[in-house]
Parts: sequence; structure tokens; C-alpha cells
Amino acid sequence: MNMAGLRAEQALIADWITAGSRVLDLGCGDGQLLAALAEHKGVTGYGIEIDPDNIVSCIKRGVNVIHSDLDAGLSEFDPESFDFVIMTQTLQATRFPHELIDEMLRIGRQSIVTFPNMGHWKCRAQFLLGRMPVTRHLPHTWYDTPNIHMCTLSDFEDLCAEKHLEVLERAAVDSQHRAVPGMGLWPNLLAEIAVYRIRRRG
Amino acid sequence: MPEPKPADSVGLVVPQFRHFDEPLALDCGVTLPAYDLCYETYGALNAAGDNAVLVCHALSGDAHAAGYHEEDSRKPGWWDNCIGPGKPLDTNRFFVVCANNLGGCNGSTGPLAVKPHSEKRYGPDFPIVTVRDWVRSQARLADVLGVKQWAAVMGGSLGGMQVLQWTIDFPDRVRHAVVIAAAPRLSTQNIAFNEVARQAIRSDPEFHDGHYVEHGVMPERGLRLARMVGHITYLSDDVLHAKFGRELRDGKINFNFGVEFQIESYLRYQGESFVNRFDANTYLLMTKSLDYFDPAAEYGDDLTRVLASCQASYLVISFSSDWRFSPKRSREIVRALLDNDLDVSYVDIESELGHDSFLLPIAQYHEVLRAYFDRVRTSP
Repeated sequence: MNMAGLRAEQALIADWITAGSRVLDLGCGDGQLLAALAEHKGVTGYGIEIDPDNIVSCIKRGVNVIHSDLDAGLSEFDPESFDFVIMTQTLQATRFPHELIDEMLRIGRQSIVTFPNMGHWKCRAQFLLGRMPVTRHLPHTWYDTPNIHMCTLSDFEDLCAEKHLEVLERAAVDSQHRAVPGMGLWPNLLAEIAVYRIRRRG
Repeated sequence: MPEPKPADSVGLVVPQFRHFDEPLALDCGVTLPAYDLCYETYGALNAAGDNAVLVCHALSGDAHAAGYHEEDSRKPGWWDNCIGPGKPLDTNRFFVVCANNLGGCNGSTGPLAVKPHSEKRYGPDFPIVTVRDWVRSQARLADVLGVKQWAAVMGGSLGGMQVLQWTIDFPDRVRHAVVIAAAPRLSTQNIAFNEVARQAIRSDPEFHDGHYVEHGVMPERGLRLARMVGHITYLSDDVLHAKFGRELRDGKINFNFGVEFQIESYLRYQGESFVNRFDANTYLLMTKSLDYFDPAAEYGDDLTRVLASCQASYLVISFSSDWRFSPKRSREIVRALLDNDLDVSYVDIESELGHDSFLLPIAQYHEVLRAYFDRVRTSP
């Protein structure tokens, strides 16, 4: 799908989402993705956001936004009340990512999760040199980073296996948000941003 | 009014009165044979009639929401920082209506009014009106003004409760609902505070069972005390501390019961200025309307079911330090709206100023209102 202004990662997500579905976007930022999904795919739903300026941007776009702290839980939402629960680039900044994934798949039939891949070769190279990785995509130093739960593709897939979650689709983009060539061969080495679509088994 | 008139002020405004002859059956079982509503309007109704916004006032409010009554008025209307040309509720685009609630003491029929076919005032015999009664009376005003559907209904505190009731009782007559610093019903603690206020008034020797006007007196001490208690609940502990701390008026403790701490002096001033502008019977009645508000009661306390037939889009706003109607109470409303798949946005504004925040020009708050009203569609 061609949607001007969306990051490649968001365009990927838009492709995966069924038209007319009901979507919850956790950490929806300025509401760009939800606004595009509403316009092009007739999607309805809500964004959850904690930053006041982002909330104002959402309202300006006409996106339904609920001011909330993801770490405080999603108890306001009923089981399976959404077709998709999306979380882009936020998982690694939450206090209990594994519990949040459980919550996402409680209230949504499917989830789409994206996160920066700590297994990317640039990160690995900096580890080899004895430093915490600082990349264009992960620009923070160790002491001021909001990203407190970094993982690699392999780590994430281990967690999915442990929780009996089914990976329906996987994709990767680089820091310029372009699709990564060679992804099929060495995903954990080449993906800067991982994009997963998951659901509970059975 | 400042000279020259500020560009973003609606300027001089004249309260208007409308007499209604059609009897109004109230929730309490009494029928008001006739009544007047005092209201003000700002901006102009467009040809399509789709740019009208109703502003509902809170406990001690009135119809004078914006602008000035006289050239030499020092104070503008109670929500003047929010309503005017270029302000968050922009009167260049919207036709804004604010009416004094029935039972009030600022123009609309209430305890101070003279009973029909009688020479006596209603006084304590004025029936206790409910939020639903107010909404019914406001709907009649909308009919008179040619407003079939409000572009938005907006209000804070008790005003926010009227907004919610509007969307329940007239789902097709409200496109947007702006519910600020409200709650789906009062907490036990809220009712307790109201009862203290009522007892303060009713136990004043000058109350005379509500017939104080005939006795040529006012239960001033009681009303003053009621306002002092109320005022404490409108502000947060932090803001009281920041404003007054433990500052002493004379700089030292005097070992007597005069005014010593600055907070005492402030509360007395608040109480004093209130008795000059408010009627005790109206205060009693308004606190009862608050206590009775509970739209979910008829639906097995299930707010989700009450809102099932609502159609409006909602903006719900709370303030972080509000402990009278805390953010948690607003979230109860939000949750019920979410359960019904209704369009809703919710913002908790960071503010140290307590419940009163909803009346103050807090930048983030006004930015949210402005952004929301920008999305409210109206005909040119």
C-alpha cells in the first residue's frame, strides 16, 4: 500500500491489517498510523499515548486517543475487543514487556509488535569493542536511554515459543525504514527494526 | 472592561430572558407551571444552524460565561478565558449559549422568584431540580433558539454531568460532548462534604427553615461556612501550601481565635464574597442535584448500559491534582464509552491547582480544547 508520510515499518503494518478492523495502537505517538489506517483501510479504534504534545497531535488529526501509561496496564479493555493491537517501537521501553504482550493478546485477536533489534551487526560490533551500542536508530547512551528491555529477534522468538504464541509474519527494515535485502538468510544480523505479527496458539 | 476592548473578548453582553408557559414535569413529581430562563449568547448562529455550542455551568455558576456586563465591569464572565474570538471556544466560528440553571439565583426561575398566582417567593418550596430537569429545560431553550442539534455541549464539574446527561437523553441532538473534571456520580465523600455545607446553612439561626427573605435576613454565616468547606475541596493541598503555607498574618502566633494563618483569612474572604452574590436556598438545591446525579442507577449501576444508545463523540478531561472529581472518576466515564465503541479522547492535564483547574487558562488544557474544537465540523 502506498501511504505518503508513513515509515516503511508502518506501511508494512498497514499491509497486514484487514480493512475495516478495530485497532488499538499502544504508544500511538502523534497518531499518524491510526489516521492513515482510518483513511485508507476504514479502520476504527483508539490510540494510547502518554506524551501530552503527542496527544494534542492525535486530537488535531481526529484520532481517538486515551491518555494512559502502558505500564499501568490495560485493564480498561475487555478480552478480544480488538482485531489488532499494535505496538510500534515501544515494547523495549516498558517495564514488563512480557506481561504487556500477554495483555495485548488478551484484548486483541492478533498483535503487531515492532522493536529495535539488538542483534543487528552494528550493535554486535560495538559490543565486541566493549561498548554499549549507540546507533542512528538507538541514539541514547546507557544512562539516559528509555529503552530498558532491549532484545534480539532470537530473544523475541524464544519468548513467543515460551508463551505458545504463533508468529504469523515477520519482516525487517533498516534504520532508513527500507526493507532489508538478505533478511531471509540472516534476519537477526541484518534487521535494525523487527516487525512481527503474532497470535495465541489454539 | 479594559479599554480598548481586548481583541479576543466578546465585549459587552446583555443577559436575555425567555419565558416558558409550557409546564415542565420535574423528576421529583412536581410540575413547574411556567418558568423563565436567563441566558447569554456569543457569536452568531450560522444559516445551517449547525454551529451552536451549549456551555453548562457548575454549582455556583450563572449565564454570564464571557464578556462584560458594563463598560466599568471589573470582572468578565466566569469562563471568559476560554470563550471569545480566537479563544479555544472561538466565537468567530461558534454560536455559544450559556443559561442559568433552573433553581438558580441569577436570572432563571429559582427560590428567589415569586410563585405564580401568589405574592410570595418560592423560597424553600422551590422543587429540587435534577440534572435531567436542567437538560429538559435547556432542550426547550434550544428549540426556541432554532438549534436542532448542538455542534457541542461542554461543561466542567456539575456542568460536565449535564453534558453527559444531554448525550443520554437527547443522543441525536449532540454531536460532540466535552466532559471536564466530572464524575458519573458523586462519591460517598462528595456527598458527605455537601451535607456539611447544607448543615452549615440549615443550622444558621437566620435560616428560618428557608424563609429568611420574609424575615428580612440571610443565613450569611451558614452560607459563608458552606462556601469555605466547598472551597477547600476545589483546591489541592499542594496549591494551598504553595499559596499560603503556614504564613501568619501578624508574623507571630497570638494565642487567640482571631485570623492568624493566611489560609484562614483567604477562606473567610472567599466565604464573604460568596454571600454577596449567592442565595442559600439555591446552594442547598444545587448540592442536592449533585448528590442525586446517577444516570447508571436505573440500569443496575452499569454505566456502559446507560451510554449504549449514545451517539456523540466525546472529549473527557481530568486534572491530575483534582481530588473532588479525581482522574479516576473521569476514567470510569471513558471506560463506559470505550465499552460502547464510541468515539472518545481522554486527557489528564498535569495541574497542581485541583478541581478549580477547569476554570483556569492552563496552556496544555486550552491547547487540547482548541485542537478538539478545530475538528468540530460546521457549515461555513
